[in-house]
Amino acid sequence: MTGFTTTESLAAYMPEQNIDTDAIYPARYLLLMEREGLGPYLFHDRRFHGDGTPKEGFILDLEPFSKAQVLVAGAGFGCGSSREQAVWALTGFGVRCVIAPSFGEIFAGNALKNGLLTIALPEEVVARIGAAAQRGARFRIDLEECILCVDNEIVATIDLPEGQRMALLNGWDETDVLLQEEGDAISGFETRHRMAQPWLFQGST
Amino acid sequence: MGRTLYDKLWDSHVIRSYDDGSALLYVDRHLLHEVSTPQSFIAIEKKGRSVRRPDANLAVPDHVVSTTNRHLPIADPLARAQTQRLVENVARHKIPFIPLDDQRQGIVHVIGPEQGFTLPGITLACGDSHTSTHGAFGCLAFGIGASECGIVMATQAIRQQRTKTMRVNLVGLQSPFINAKDIALAFIARIGANGAAGHAVEYAGPVVAKMSMAERMTLCNMSIEAGARVGLIAPDDQTFDYLRGRPMAPKGEMFEHALTYWRTLPSDADAQFHRELTLDVSDVEPHVTWGTSPEDAAPIGARVPSPEDLTEATRRERRRRALAYMDLKPGDPLEAIAIDVVFIGSCTNSRIEDLRAAAAVVAGRHVAAHVKAIVVPGSGLVREQAEREGLAQTFLDAGFEWREPGCSMCVGMNGDRLEPGQRCASTSNRNFEGRQGVGGRTHLMSPAMAAAAAVTGRLTDVRKLMGGKP
Ligand code: SF4
Repeated sequence: MTGFTTTESLAAYMPEQNIDTDAIYPARYLLLMEREGLGPYLFHDRRFHGDGTPKEGFILDLEPFSKAQVLVAGAGFGCGSSREQAVWALTGFGVRCVIAPSFGEIFAGNALKNGLLTIALPEEVVARIGAAAQRGARFRIDLEECILCVDNEIVATIDLPEGQRMALLNGWDETDVLLQEEGDAISGFETRHRMAQPWLFQGST
Repeated sequence: MGRTLYDKLWDSHVIRSYDDGSALLYVDRHLLHEVSTPQSFIAIEKKGRSVRRPDANLAVPDHVVSTTNRHLPIADPLARAQTQRLVENVARHKIPFIPLDDQRQGIVHVIGPEQGFTLPGITLACGDSHTSTHGAFGCLAFGIGASECGIVMATQAIRQQRTKTMRVNLVGLQSPFINAKDIALAFIARIGANGAAGHAVEYAGPVVAKMSMAERMTLCNMSIEAGARVGLIAPDDQTFDYLRGRPMAPKGEMFEHALTYWRTLPSDADAQFHRELTLDVSDVEPHVTWGTSPEDAAPIGARVPSPEDLTEATRRERRRRALAYMDLKPGDPLEAIAIDVVFIGSCTNSRIEDLRAAAAVVAGRHVAAHVKAIVVPGSGLVREQAEREGLAQTFLDAGFEWREPGCSMCVGMNGDRLEPGQRCASTSNRNFEGRQGVGGRTHLMSPAMAAAAAVTGRLTDVRKLMGGKP
């Protein structure tokens, strides 16, 4: 995956609460088995009529916000289904960071695996920077310094567990890391676990 | 100090703890379906990795499969290809598989417990948010994304942040026709679709103790709709009785050995939860949703609420949008809402107990003339049992369609979906915009309530229909 260090861009504001992953990526496109090129399906049914013609007025289709790499949203962003396509569609569209009071937990975990930064901030702060986003403020997010600036003013520090921050900065493949660094620990645990709860290993040889 | 069930499950699976409060957890079980895993296998194979413990996995197609004409290939070429991809992937990696034409096939969250793949004390992951269902057995079960499915298959481990704990005490008397679904909707309406975010929710109290395993699964299933990734219920004798003799559960002496351990799992008497709340179910009425979030739920006797009742602008706007999408007017009685379709099924409510509850309502009655009503059992075994018990015939006599198992109309990605503008009384779990098909309108409710709606053609208080007092 690609790492995340900094990004600087306009931000699109969707103040609505509980924007679910069905809205972000409708279920019928889960039949596609790719993970690349899903940007066109992002918020599909809010952006397009049934016949494929565009609907007017969706924020990510309005200039200048169609180029926004930052999305500011209401609480519960990404709740609902675990579909990682919601994240792939966002990154495919060019979104690199979502700021909201809270996130669907599975969505936030998926984001992390794909270099999409999620920043949870108090509701008042999100409302304030959302209003700034609507005015066309520049957002700058620096994950090395752990700061979020809006029009050059630091508005928040980014408080992320260190493991997640390092994974994002470096764009590591988590499976590689686990197998290299924890392979022995996993095997050791497995042996002890097998002794303690042998019924969980009855199918293994 | 005592530990909660969650603490015990967590502690017993920690491979390594990290300074930032996260831990690497061992994953005992992984359930796979066709939709969540194509990209996971690509990721595994691109790096030439293998599946660490094939026997710790179980795969089944459910989401995109057809619920009619099973003797024919799946009509949609994309759905057919995705199902076929699962067949090939599991064959290459020697993962235990239940094929589409197998009697045991069904929705992952129905077949896991049914086969005894789900057990107390384990960690269980699946690329599906309703994996919370399995927590009804006293295990740590949670939904993951496709990348994580690949990580779990390759390493048998997953890095997680420890969450806070919440205990929901269900007290009082559960009246007839009040189902776990009503209680879940009442709970979500109270705390909000995001209200339990960051928490593992343990349901406890005398009401839970008396609930069937099916009702417990309904309750845990809906936890994700309150924002909680994990739902939990302490295992008890009913849990153990359910599991005894299941094909993949331990047998004989090994079962007794496991039992000794499982009995240590319930939260200790002095365990502390981060949050605790009590819900008196004596006051819970049959619930239906009127909006586009599971939190938009109300007792059937209520009226469609007004956006103007809300002071906060974005919430008001959200409600306006929901009512516009649902084509409902503030002040309309919920009981006056006419429906076009009834769906009884999904991992929330497609078990034999659910079908019995629905059949009891439709017996001797008929589906309203303008309504299309389908029953989709959660698995082939549920279907078979329902046929044995005569429930299938009851449904057919009443004018329902009796389908083959699968996710069906819970999610608009297989042959079963709503047409734009159609309104559905549904026993599924999500009423999001477009969830059951583009432009489709969903009202969530219990199986008995959906059955009542089928009969009258509108949202109905099942207690009135059955001659009881509302
Ligand atoms: S029945 Fe619905 S909620 Fe359950 S697994 Fe299938 S699609 Fe998901």
